[in-house]
Amino acid sequence: MIGRWRRARPAERPSERQARVRRRAQGRIVLLGAAFALAFGAVGAKMGVMASEAPPSRRAAAAGADPGARADITDRRGRVLATNVETVSLYAEVRDIVDPEATARGLAAIFPDMDAERLAARLRPPRKFTWIRRTLSPEQRQAVHELGEPGLRFGPRQMRVYPAGRLAAHVLGGAGFGVEDVAWAELEGRAGIELAMDAWLSDPAHADGALRLSVDVAVQHAVEEVLAGAMALMGAKGATAVLMDAATGEIAAMASLPDFDPNARPRVLASGDRGDDPLFNRAVQGVYELGSVFKIFTAAQAVDLGLAGRSTLIDTSGPLRQNGFTIRDFKDYGPRLTLDDVIARSSNRGTARLALRIGGARQAAFLRSLGLFEPVGVELAEAPGAAPIAPAKWPDLTVMTVSYGHGIAVSPLHLAAAYAPMVNGGRRVRPTLIAGAGGAGERVLTAAAADAARAMLDRVVNADVGTAKMAQVEGYPMGGKTGTADKPSATGSYADDKVIATFAGAFPIDDPRWVLVVTLDEPNETSGELERRTAGWTAVPTAAEIVHRVAPLLGMRPAP
Amino acid sequence: MRMGTAMLAALGVMLLAWWAYQENYRTRAAIAERAAIAAQIGAMERTVRLLDREWAYLNRPERLQELALINHAILGLEPMTPAAFGQVGDVATPEELAPPEPEALLAEAGEPFP
Repeated sequence: MIGRWRRARPAERPSERQARVRRRAQGRIVLLGAAFALAFGAVGAKMGVMASEAPPSRRAAAAGADPGARADITDRRGRVLATNVETVSLYAEVRDIVDPEATARGLAAIFPDMDAERLAARLRPPRKFTWIRRTLSPEQRQAVHELGEPGLRFGPRQMRVYPAGRLAAHVLGGAGFGVEDVAWAELEGRAGIELAMDAWLSDPAHADGALRLSVDVAVQHAVEEVLAGAMALMGAKGATAVLMDAATGEIAAMASLPDFDPNARPRVLASGDRGDDPLFNRAVQGVYELGSVFKIFTAAQAVDLGLAGRSTLIDTSGPLRQNGFTIRDFKDYGPRLTLDDVIARSSNRGTARLALRIGGARQAAFLRSLGLFEPVGVELAEAPGAAPIAPAKWPDLTVMTVSYGHGIAVSPLHLAAAYAPMVNGGRRVRPTLIAGAGGAGERVLTAAAADAARAMLDRVVNADVGTAKMAQVEGYPMGGKTGTADKPSATGSYADDKVIATFAGAFPIDDPRWVLVVTLDEPNETSGELERRTAGWTAVPTAAEIVHRVAPLLGMRPAP
Repeated sequence: MRMGTAMLAALGVMLLAWWAYQENYRTRAAIAERAAIAAQIGAMERTVRLLDREWAYLNRPERLQELALINHAILGLEPMTPAAFGQVGDVATPEELAPPEPEALLAEAGEPFP
């Protein structure tokens, strides 16, 4: 057609026309070739990309993330502390139930805690749907199958289990179901690290991984065992211990007794003392006046400010009165003691006089820099709510009582964090439960003052006059300070037969690697003729036994 | 000549089409196989995880301690104490593995030590 039209055009020589047609044809061929080359090139390039690219991961390929997925929690060596198990839940579609009475009787036989009559009522119309059980064991599932009731249905579930049972119960906390549907249920943390790290654990990106804690299962178990033994031996109401890396703040063991089984988390006690609840984490929530363990802070600050040296003589003579309040010593230590001996023998008067020379403003600033005025930033849901109780004003009397640990209440974990700078060369640490998350913070003490503090803690245990001589462990030289504080009674005064006995220390004391805090609630040592409650007879031997058991597990060779 | 080229090109196109057809179906087969293997891996991973949990459960410190206590007469397992650390020299060497005394070696060689 086109050709004919062209042919109809006049005055074109045949050779010219030929050339024109050829050029045109050539142009088309080149275009066509280019199109083919492009198409094949695209296919080839795609094939090359596919061949060189790593295949997509299985999980990413799977459609939709499982809301029940939750990352495992392991200890520092990868031993499983919390994981998920696939199980099923049981529910009933009422319109498909053939015989409500027989079904209810059958279910009551499988689950002894269920009442057949009340269950039968739930299986009848006008109800359409009812949950029967959140999780089933394989045996129970089989038994329900064998009832042969078409209205009973199973929904897939991920169940959180803690294979080690009660071990580190307060650290782990527990988990339960959040939003529930027949096809899936959300797992969510209830307390402890499960709640504090809930977002991380339930993030589908971490579902294949695990949260590695700094806790060590073997060490944690040894600590819990020693504490349970001490509690039984001394009739204590409760006991807690924190073992923390002095340089990084990573917690190797944190125990609080009495404890609970996170697989079957008990309900919060409705009445009575919150401190008696097994769910109560004494290490973090147990905010108590801890007594003489605070003296080392006063001594370290005095050395830091150049107000005293280790051999400076301090006035320990009595009586010492302030605002009608008399500060007493356990016994009279004579007119004066060196600073070393004020700490080793634990003189309230000596420490209080030293604190007056430091002054309230500087004392408060120093304690603040140790983190004793704010909640510990550890990864536990309970931590932010456990703020220390610090005095609002600092008159001289407060300065004096705070210097020996009265009038200020902190948790054992606070104390462990504050002791770390005394023994690690003067750097603040922030306690953490996540492996690898620790590190040294800002300097709060000069290296010289920290070394003096360390030497003073050494003498409390290893000098003849020290109050913690029972902390001498063969092979692992320890240092630390005792504290025996009267427990406040319900009426606001102090009880005279109830104490909180604390030992805070570090080992090996010549180059401390670990900070250990042991606190016993209302201990009573009755092996001798006298009832003894002071920390030197209760918390100190407990701490020594912990070090004896734990140091080999931490891979430390005993010193010859 | 031109006819030959055209024939050759047509043949080439047919061959390529056949190859592409084959490749298409092989790819689909491979994808299906991959899915099957992925499902298999998933099932095995679930098994491994279950066994891991069981392992963790069976190795809970409480149980190990009870077992150590029950079998104390046979195994004599004790909590680790500082006494558990020793020197390499404390390990007894069986006699046949003990290195020979240097004097004995020299005597055997029969040459005096220079």
